[in-house]
Amino acid sequence: MHELLWLVPTLPLLGSVILMLGAGRLSTRAEAAAGALSVGFAAVIAFTIAGGFLLNPPAGAAYEQTLWRWFDVGGLSVTIGLRLDPLSLVMMLVITGVGFLIHLFATEFMEGEEGYGRFFAYLNLFVAAMLLLVLGDNFLTLYTGWEGVGLCSYLLIGFWWRDPANGLAARKAFIVTRIGDTALLIGLLLIASRLGTLNIAGAMHNAAQSWPAGSPLATLAAFLLLGGAVGKSAQLPLQTWLPDAMAGPTPVSALIHAATMVTAGVYLIARTHALFLLAPAAQYTVGGIGAATLLLAGFSALAQNDIKRILAYSTMSQIGYMFLALGVGAWGAAMFHLLTHAFFKALLFLSAGAVTMRLHHEQDIYKMGGLARRLPVAFWSFLIGSAALAALPLVTAGFYSKEAILSGAWADGSSGRVLWAAGVFGAFITGLYIFRAVFIAFFGEAHTEVSGRYGWRVILPLSVLSVLSVLGGLIELPPALGHVTLLSNLLAPVLPASKEAASVAPLLVASLAGLLGIGLAAVLYWRPARPPAETPLWRFWHAAAGFDWLYDRLLVRPVLWAAREGADDVIDSVYDAIAWTARTLHEHVRRTQNGRVRFYTAGLAIGSISLIAIAMIR
Amino acid sequence: MTAIPLDQGLGLAAALFALGLAGVLVRRNLLFMLMSLEVMLNAAGVAFVVAGARWAAADGQIMFILVLTFAASEVSVGLALILLMHRRNSTLDADASYHLRG
Amino acid sequence: MNAMFAIAAGIAVLATVMMITRPSAVHALLYLTVSLLAVAMVFFVLGAPFAAALEVIIYAGAIMVLFVFVVMMLNIGGEAEALENDWLKPAAWIGPSVLALLLGLELGTLAARGGLARSAATVIGPQAVGIALTGPYMLAVEIASFLLLAAVVAAFHLGRAVMRGV
Repeated sequence: MHELLWLVPTLPLLGSVILMLGAGRLSTRAEAAAGALSVGFAAVIAFTIAGGFLLNPPAGAAYEQTLWRWFDVGGLSVTIGLRLDPLSLVMMLVITGVGFLIHLFATEFMEGEEGYGRFFAYLNLFVAAMLLLVLGDNFLTLYTGWEGVGLCSYLLIGFWWRDPANGLAARKAFIVTRIGDTALLIGLLLIASRLGTLNIAGAMHNAAQSWPAGSPLATLAAFLLLGGAVGKSAQLPLQTWLPDAMAGPTPVSALIHAATMVTAGVYLIARTHALFLLAPAAQYTVGGIGAATLLLAGFSALAQNDIKRILAYSTMSQIGYMFLALGVGAWGAAMFHLLTHAFFKALLFLSAGAVTMRLHHEQDIYKMGGLARRLPVAFWSFLIGSAALAALPLVTAGFYSKEAILSGAWADGSSGRVLWAAGVFGAFITGLYIFRAVFIAFFGEAHTEVSGRYGWRVILPLSVLSVLSVLGGLIELPPALGHVTLLSNLLAPVLPASKEAASVAPLLVASLAGLLGIGLAAVLYWRPARPPAETPLWRFWHAAAGFDWLYDRLLVRPVLWAAREGADDVIDSVYDAIAWTARTLHEHVRRTQNGRVRFYTAGLAIGSISLIAIAMIR
Repeated sequence: MTAIPLDQGLGLAAALFALGLAGVLVRRNLLFMLMSLEVMLNAAGVAFVVAGARWAAADGQIMFILVLTFAASEVSVGLALILLMHRRNSTLDADASYHLRG
Repeated sequence: MNAMFAIAAGIAVLATVMMITRPSAVHALLYLTVSLLAVAMVFFVLGAPFAAALEVIIYAGAIMVLFVFVVMMLNIGGEAEALENDWLKPAAWIGPSVLALLLGLELGTLAARGGLARSAATVIGPQAVGIALTGPYMLAVEIASFLLLAAVVAAFHLGRAVMRGV
């Protein structure tokens, strides 16, 4: 089965190409089929390959497939190849599996929208790019997928292009992530020039050989890669694009936040963990960024009224947890949380989409209310997702993965304790903000009328994701609760084992923090009434601590000012002079172009006579 | 067959060519301009045949055949254009249409 | 100088002069045909009977017929002749005559430089031409066929535009 690996990214790409070429010629049914089935078949192949991989692991726990040689220049040989090891296996399953469910949901969600086929063309391309990112065996293939993901996010966030605000949001996402991408590219060039290879496994091996721990080059390279990861994964200080990315259709948000894009940064750091182990400073920074982001995003989520923005900030916060885990060396825990987060965040976004579908795209939770009885499917899905997000103990997947992270932080010495405290406080905030949304939107009085029914293409993804959000955590249980280690066993060949807290106390504290948040939310919002008053504090967090404002003052305005001021300078006048000369000459010469055929003939005759005369005289 | 001096044959070609050029330049009617162009092409053909005869080679005549092909294509397209122009402008005055003025 | 050549050449030049000066299209066409036939005679004298035949068949025959058709379709009457007379005022002849004269003189001078050489007094018949045409000039023939095809397509296209009356 391994030989079919190349089909996994190719099928979505093929679907995208078909949809692009068939734009305007395919029926809606055909477009839906091409869009969803291409990812569906990729998922089937991915799961079959995974089955083979698990039953019969290849030598070295990795299967490599070299497709062709890209270029070979100056001793640097780059091939386009795929590498399937446990890490990329997990990512591949998440992307194709959750991606397919989101596609299926989208076929119903987007019904009747203008540009149905275009939407699926972008969506398929998105999945293809992300698969290339995780399956590529060298940094250049990874970077290609990385940029493809950036492009598709731009296209999809600006999908409803008739509203200029959406276009601006798309541009913002593209430019902000571009800053990170540039750092990543510089980092890759540094690796290529210093380590002599772009093959990921080879580069990691060479790095461990030639760079001592803590060496400046290793630190620099790690920081540059971190810059790329921070941009894609919307962590401090490049997090500002994510809330605006909500301008896209809800399935896009689900795809960006659950299966693709934002997890790319986590994957990158996990993939290059050998480098980060050589650069402790960079690794501490990863943890610090994660902790800071998860708190900042948690507070910001508390001050939002838009259900999708709440989920957007919750994504930032959960990715913050993953960064925290990476920072303390709990690599497996980060991947575990990535996995469960993909389930419950996709579930949350899809059920939020299912709600807004029936409410004429109303996204303000204060205008919903009382939906629990009227939209039971969406309610139960959202509730399960919220419980998993808030890490409701024992019964949700989110609980186990978050516990793994916090236990890893607890075990990581004194600095880890600080991060642990931040994580526990974050768990409290998480429970508070997500159940605030649940209570306000689904309980109390109804404010908006509900119309329509759900088809199976909505219900099936929600059900599957609900089951996964509940049971998905059972593949990895802490020592105190049965000690199942399926995932860490699988990941053992690629990721070093993470430390775990031996005692049960921190586990209990963290569980209580989440429950406390849920309880507080119940007390405060069980009887929701009015939208919150706009106190300065509320406004501060509503604007996500004012980073947009800060960047606007610090970067955007000075650049625009400089551009305005520099529009007419000395250098410009040189080009103006060139233009002026060309135009003046043109004014004179154009008179010979009078369009009269006999004039031209006379010109030809005079020219021929002169030429022959010259030839005769010589 | 008697031998013809090369200068006389080429002289004839030169004369015909110059007359054709005069025709193209002096006439304003596109139909006449096209006829004069035919004369010029024919003059080129004469030059080829004369040169071929000088070297007793078939190449001159072959070049003449190619010129002939070219003339035939040119006339068919040119006449079609003349018809089209007459339909549109009701005139064949070459000076009347200068839409290509720069 | 060969008398036949001199007479034919003289007729050709004279007929061409008449052709470019006629105000009537039909008259001009007749003179042009005469000029072409005279040139065919020149070819024959030069020992190129195949070229002479083609000159008569294709130039004086087919191409001139095309011209006649167009003159018929345009239905040019006395009005157009008056216009031609108006256009062909003596003043209009000065510039073109000077240019044509200069070119003719130059070409004539160049032709006179090869004065001593004479044409080989042999006939190059259709057989020799045909063998060369299908031998070393095969590519040229193919290219010529492409040219003709392009001309057919173009003429058809333009003709349809004429028929639609655009």
